Amino acid sequence: MTPPRILYCHCQYAQVLPSEVKEGVLRKLCESGVAFEAVADLCELSARKDPLLKELTSNGGLKIAACYPRAVKWLFSAGGVALDPSMTEICNLRTESIETAIDGLLRPELHPNLPTSAKAEPSSPS
Amino acid sequence: MALSEPILHVALYEGKGARALAPSERFETIRSLLSKGVAVRRADDPGLTDVWIGDFVSLVPDPTTTAVSIGSDAFDGHLSESRQKKGAAATASWKPWFPVIDYDRCTNCMQCLSFCLFGVYGVDSDRKLQVQNQDQCKTNCPACSRVCPEAAIMFPKYKAGPINGDLVSDADLQREKMKVDISSLLGGDVYALLRERSEKARSRFSKERDSDKALAERQKCLTKLASVASDIPPEVLASLPSPEEIARRAEAAAAKAKAALGL
Repeated sequence: MTPPRILYCHCQYAQVLPSEVKEGVLRKLCESGVAFEAVADLCELSARKDPLLKELTSNGGLKIAACYPRAVKWLFSAGGVALDPSMTEICNLRTESIETAIDGLLRPELHPNLPTSAKAEPSSPS
Repeated sequence: MALSEPILHVALYEGKGARALAPSERFETIRSLLSKGVAVRRADDPGLTDVWIGDFVSLVPDPTTTAVSIGSDAFDGHLSESRQKKGAAATASWKPWFPVIDYDRCTNCMQCLSFCLFGVYGVDSDRKLQVQNQDQCKTNCPACSRVCPEAAIMFPKYKAGPINGDLVSDADLQREKMKVDISSLLGGDVYALLRERSEKARSRFSKERDSDKALAERQKCLTKLASVASDIPPEVLASLPSPEEIARRAEAAAAKAKAALGL
């Protein structure tokens, strides 16, 4: 079975991803020797409807290191490509540690986590 | 800057005929390319590639595609040439800031289309809301997300949830509804307020055409707008058109929304 492909977003034009996390994840991807795609900014790919979005979803599973799964799902949609919820796993570099993100990206199995419903999350009691 | 300009795709090749890079060298190379706005494939198959880069010893992986040697003096020049050849976007020509619609939440109410002064929104042939002109959005301004009663508008580069794409909680929804109510209390919407101000200003200007007073009136309107939508950056407010023009654009946007809704 083909291993999931990996897409890494560097969020080059904003400071919203902790720099130590995004650089740490990129460094560990480089150390691992795995094949991966790195893009300067996933938002830009979406706005420009870059063909890479389509190519990434055309063959098997996909792991994406970027930001919130809800944002990633609809960025792909805005770029003209529907992500398959059963074949997509998002590592959220805004909230995850380097270790958690890289474990998710490099482990061979896929843990799909794309949001599928519009239901609001219950508020935590204050 | 045009959204039709493509992105330059580069493949970092370390297969047969090229030296494998040390991990630190690989990291620095890829990070440097990303800082130039380039998409990089770290793989030995060509995929979607405009340029091969690598420390080539003998073979060039695909003679039909430009191959550039890492470390050569002409590296940056070759990349720049490839970018020009493809007609690709220049580095950092645009900060990709624009609304992204969560269609699991959007009810097609057209409040965002009616609110936006800059023509970012439109509808498709089925009258479904679309973000059509991302590059017309005002950088760092999330104001339209504030009028969405369903928290369906995201700006992925925004600092806080749910606008940044974080999960929407019940509390978020209540807050969004409250904002719409506050807006209503101020006269239907902020543009109605501006229009009212504009009318008063017009009648006064007909008597005394003082440019300083006109400017002061505009500033008052913009201050009021900022108090309603506190996330609008000052530079966006400063670049807004005159109250009359705002009113004209708001009416045009509202008409577009009504047409989309078939009203």
